[in-house]
Amino acid sequence: MPAPQDNPPARRQRLSRVVNIGLPYLWLGVFFLLPLLIVLQISVAEPRLGQPPYTPLWEWLESGVLQIQVNLQNFMLVWEDSIYLTAFLNSLWVALVCTLLCLLIGYPMAYAIATAPPRWRIPLLMLVILPFWTSFLIRVYAWIGILKTNGLLNHLLLALGVIDTPLNILHTQTAVYIGVVYSYLPFMILPLYANLSRLDPTLLEAAADLGCRPLRAFVRVTLPLSLAGIVAGSMLVFIPVVGEFVIPDLLGGPETLMVGKLLWTEFFGNKDWPLAAALAIVLLGLLVVPFVLMQRLERRMEDSA
Amino acid sequence: MRRRRWPLLSLLAFGYAFLYVPILLLIVYSFNESRLVTVWSGFSIKWYRELLHNQQLLEAAWLSVRIAAVNATLAVVLGTLAANALVRHGRFRGRNAFELLLTAPLVMPDVIIGLSMLLLFVAMQHGLGWPDGRGFTTIAIAHITFSTAYVAVVVRTRLAQMDASLEEAAMDLGARPLTVYLRITLPLIAPALLSGWLLAFTLSLDDLVIASFVSGPGSTTLPMVVYSSVRMGVSPQINALATLIVAVVTLAVIIAGVTSLRGSRTQRRR
Repeated sequence: MPAPQDNPPARRQRLSRVVNIGLPYLWLGVFFLLPLLIVLQISVAEPRLGQPPYTPLWEWLESGVLQIQVNLQNFMLVWEDSIYLTAFLNSLWVALVCTLLCLLIGYPMAYAIATAPPRWRIPLLMLVILPFWTSFLIRVYAWIGILKTNGLLNHLLLALGVIDTPLNILHTQTAVYIGVVYSYLPFMILPLYANLSRLDPTLLEAAADLGCRPLRAFVRVTLPLSLAGIVAGSMLVFIPVVGEFVIPDLLGGPETLMVGKLLWTEFFGNKDWPLAAALAIVLLGLLVVPFVLMQRLERRMEDSA
Repeated sequence: MRRRRWPLLSLLAFGYAFLYVPILLLIVYSFNESRLVTVWSGFSIKWYRELLHNQQLLEAAWLSVRIAAVNATLAVVLGTLAANALVRHGRFRGRNAFELLLTAPLVMPDVIIGLSMLLLFVAMQHGLGWPDGRGFTTIAIAHITFSTAYVAVVVRTRLAQMDASLEEAAMDLGARPLTVYLRITLPLIAPALLSGWLLAFTLSLDDLVIASFVSGPGSTTLPMVVYSSVRMGVSPQINALATLIVAVVTLAVIIAGVTSLRGSRTQRRR
């Protein structure tokens, strides 16, 4: 490329940069990054009555002195009140269990689709994506009718004689597991499929030629090569599930404490904006590690591609 | 090898059953006469009739569709610009931060996006006097922000896979970069723009949490109405609504599938 000079092509190139890089940068800076900084600011404010319902971070006093007020009470409360700590631990636990369950169901599915005859792959994949296009809320709602005490699942099991008394599944943590796995399964299958379908089949043939049994070949060849897909899919499930609100709210019960629901209650129920902001900041802090992991992996795959 | 496939195929069948049985049950019970979802008492379309007379729900649906359309259009513009930047501008300064800003909204929990957007709007109203109150505009801005990230993923993939020789040929023939982009590049990535638009539209139509944070009085979206009626328990009207949504989505997918099939056939014929 020639050195940039102030001739028309160089100017056009600069304009293209300003538009392509600048506009999305500006939008995401103002409407994504800045809001997170404001959350940080309000997490160290005190709640008060009025509009807005929190104290300002800085104030010019009449004497011309800038007064900065930082209040760490909200974070102390999150640390000391066991309800918040329990909610955070339980959210991480639910996300972990569901990620493993999605992997357990999603991996064989992705593998079966990736190894299906080529003309079947796209329709099979479309069938995985299709539920994702129908309303998330309504798909969660579907499980209420199935899992209720007098719901469809209990009717079926009673009719088959498997159980004598109806099971109580709705409004328990089990229902949350089912709802999360159901809703997030496509997010696991898609990156796994993308990874597995690019796998070179000659590697497995070579392993077979050298006398390696199929299961061993899978464990020693396919599994390590699909690690990138496993991590990508797991992160796409794990990170949003930690902060999930709809599923624990509709399917969970009183013992399913999750931080997304708690934040919602603090904000809409108790109108304690600073405490809700503090919960968001702690949640964000917890998710930074898996997010950076995902980001690194993505960049490595991009470089190798 | 062939004989060993049945365990895998039965797992696949189980997986699809898991994904589809709940949706099929919703559809079946939308035609149930009884209000009780578990008791079948005869075929009826009365829930559809009630749905079409539910003024609150229809108004909310209309608001949601308008927000979704505005959101999808602007998100396609911003997302395509971002994809251009990532594919065409190499290692520009601040690229890592740029990519971070484009990836984070994909996985960020809704409660954090919703809360942070609301706090921004409150601070802006306090400091700048804009936006005056919350509603259509604030919901649309919040939706555009996360939809842009999704569109960028879709368009970026297509842009990276595109055959560059057509653009180079146009450039060699003396076309200006903007002309090349508008007349060669955009038509070639049009399918990705369309799927990005549809994805953004769906995401917006589907969002409950973020909209709940940034909406104001008088701007109730469809998911908010569905949510408040679902919280009251099972309601056959919601089943009817679900059936309509599934019907529209399935139809759209079939049309998209047939069109792309026909498209690839004509391309091969050439």
